[in-house]
Parts: sequence; C-alpha cells; structure tokens
Amino acid sequence: MARKSIPGLNTSSTADIAFLLLCYFLMTTTMGSQTGLSRRLPPMPDEKQKAQDQKVNRRNIIVVKINAQDRLLAGTEPMDVSQLKDKIKIFLTNPTNDPSLPEKVQTEIEGLGTREVSKGVISLQNDRGTSYQAYIAVQNELVKAVNELRDEASMAEFGKVFIALNEDQQSIIKKVVPQQISEAEPKDIGKKR
Amino acid sequence: MSMFKKDGKKEVPGIGTSSDIVFMLLFFFMVTTQMRDTEDKVMVKVPSASEAVKLERKDLASYINVGTPIRSLQAQYGTETRIQLNDSFKTTKDIRDFVAAERESMSEADRAFMTVCIKADENTRMGIVTDIKQELRRCSALKIMYSARKAE
Repeated sequence: MARKSIPGLNTSSTADIAFLLLCYFLMTTTMGSQTGLSRRLPPMPDEKQKAQDQKVNRRNIIVVKINAQDRLLAGTEPMDVSQLKDKIKIFLTNPTNDPSLPEKVQTEIEGLGTREVSKGVISLQNDRGTSYQAYIAVQNELVKAVNELRDEASMAEFGKVFIALNEDQQSIIKKVVPQQISEAEPKDIGKKR
Repeated sequence: MSMFKKDGKKEVPGIGTSSDIVFMLLFFFMVTTQMRDTEDKVMVKVPSASEAVKLERKDLASYINVGTPIRSLQAQYGTETRIQLNDSFKTTKDIRDFVAAERESMSEADRAFMTVCIKADENTRMGIVTDIKQELRRCSALKIMYSARKAE
C-alpha cells in the first residue's frame, strides 16, 4: 500500500540528450557509399622490357583519342560519344569476321567449354588539356559496351543477366568477354592547361 | 505519470517514448554512416557515369581530392586546381609518401587490395590527373577508382 506513490524518474531530458548526440553524428559522419569506375593501371614499364610488350597485332587494337577540345577519335573516324558504344561493340564482337577487326581465338574456358574470345584491346589516349568530365564520359561508354556484351553472353550461356549470376558464373563470363582497356602513356599536344 | 492522473479523464500523452525513438534514430545513423575523416579543402563535383559501381571495401580506400580550393581558401591558395591529400594541399611528389603511409596503416593481408580513389572535379584538366596516375604507377598502387556519381 505504501508503494502506491513512488515518484517516477524525470526522463524528459533524455530525449534532449539523445537529440544532441544525434545532431553530433549527423554533422560528423558521411552517408552514402562511394561509387565510381574501377580501373587497374598498368605497372610502370622497365626501360629494358619496353620494346617487347608492344607486339600487339594492328587489327587487334582500337585507339580512342580525346583531344584538348574534348573531341573524340575512335580508330580512324571522328565521332560523338554517343556513337562510341556501338563502335566498340562491333569492334569487340566482329560479327562479320572482318579481317580488319580483331581476331577471335578458340579458348578453353573452365566450366563452359570452348568459346570464341576476342583479342581486341581498346587503347585510350588523352591529352593533358582534356577535361575530366569528357574523359569519364568516354570511360563510361567503354565500360557500358563491355557490360552490354557481358549481359548478352550471360543471357546466351545462363539465361540471366550478368548481375543476377553468382560469382563463379560471373568470372566465367568475364573470361568470355574480357575488359581490355589500356590507358596509354600521356601525350602533350594541345597546350591548354 | 501520477501527477497527470489527478484530474481524472484528461490524459496528457507522455513524452517518455520520444527518447526511445530518438535513440533509435541515433543508432540508425551510427550504424549506417561513417566518420568523415578529412575536411574538404577543394571543391569537388564529381562527374556522373551510368556504369558507376560501388566501392567494395571502404576501409581499404584512400582518397585523393583534386579541384579548386574552396571559397574561403581561395584568397590564400588561389583558384588553380590543387591536390588535397588528407588535410592539406600537396603536390604530385607527395603522393609517394601518402601512398606509403596509407599502406603502412593497413594490415599485411589487405595491402594488395588497397584502392586509391581519385575524386576529381569534372572541370579538372586531365594533365593533373595523368600526373597523379603516373605517380601512382610509380609507387605501384595500381588499383584505382575514378569517383563518379551514379546517373539515372
């Protein structure tokens, strides 16, 4: 009976304290994940080895150049960024077995059998004056071309899009459609900084 | 609560649960966010790219910010594009030390997976980015990521 009137603890200030902490965390932390385009840089060449590595057949290479005015040259023809993806896709698939487009090699792929793998390499050259935005736009188109080809390959092999595949299947598809983008040594032509 | 019950029917809603709610919010933010370790000294508006992918291991990434200094620092440093490493302006020559220090702070097993995230402003000229890339190649930090917003 005597317990009836136990005074409750005044907890109204805990909310304030919690708010204070909340505000602190809101201020000092960052949300959201970092997104971007992943790349692997080629290792720095040894002076002695230099001559050896550059024996890539001419037909297997497409040179994509961006100049200081952000204009684009793919292979031999100037073009817009929007056209680049299709050009790269044709280059990498070589549907008509054109002798001027990259050769395809029969490659034994583990867990899949023998498939034709293109030997095409995309070489990306830029000027010191190229804007970063244009460079990323081109990189993005190149990645998009490869991603679409991977999607097509995984649809054909597994009946699913590339993203839906499990890790093993993804690595198999990556072998079927390799992403070979080489970033060439920098050149300085246009003197715009 | 007993003091509110004095006048019978009228019940003022207690605020006891609001602290719980706020604590819940607090925990949510504590779990989903991470500490901002550097203060931005350059203005960076990263370009957008539709094929941008998530950075897999955030703890293995080190950041190189490239852009023009923020407004309040322009009087001191000018409006030329600068490189920011950790909390100060640096030149390309300092990247070597920066990469070495970042490597040192990682565990032995993780060092091979270290990613250098280049956060460059979209109006940056490629010259400075190329210099950074060359320097990174020289200190064999070959895994890089061009920071970009996900479009669409």
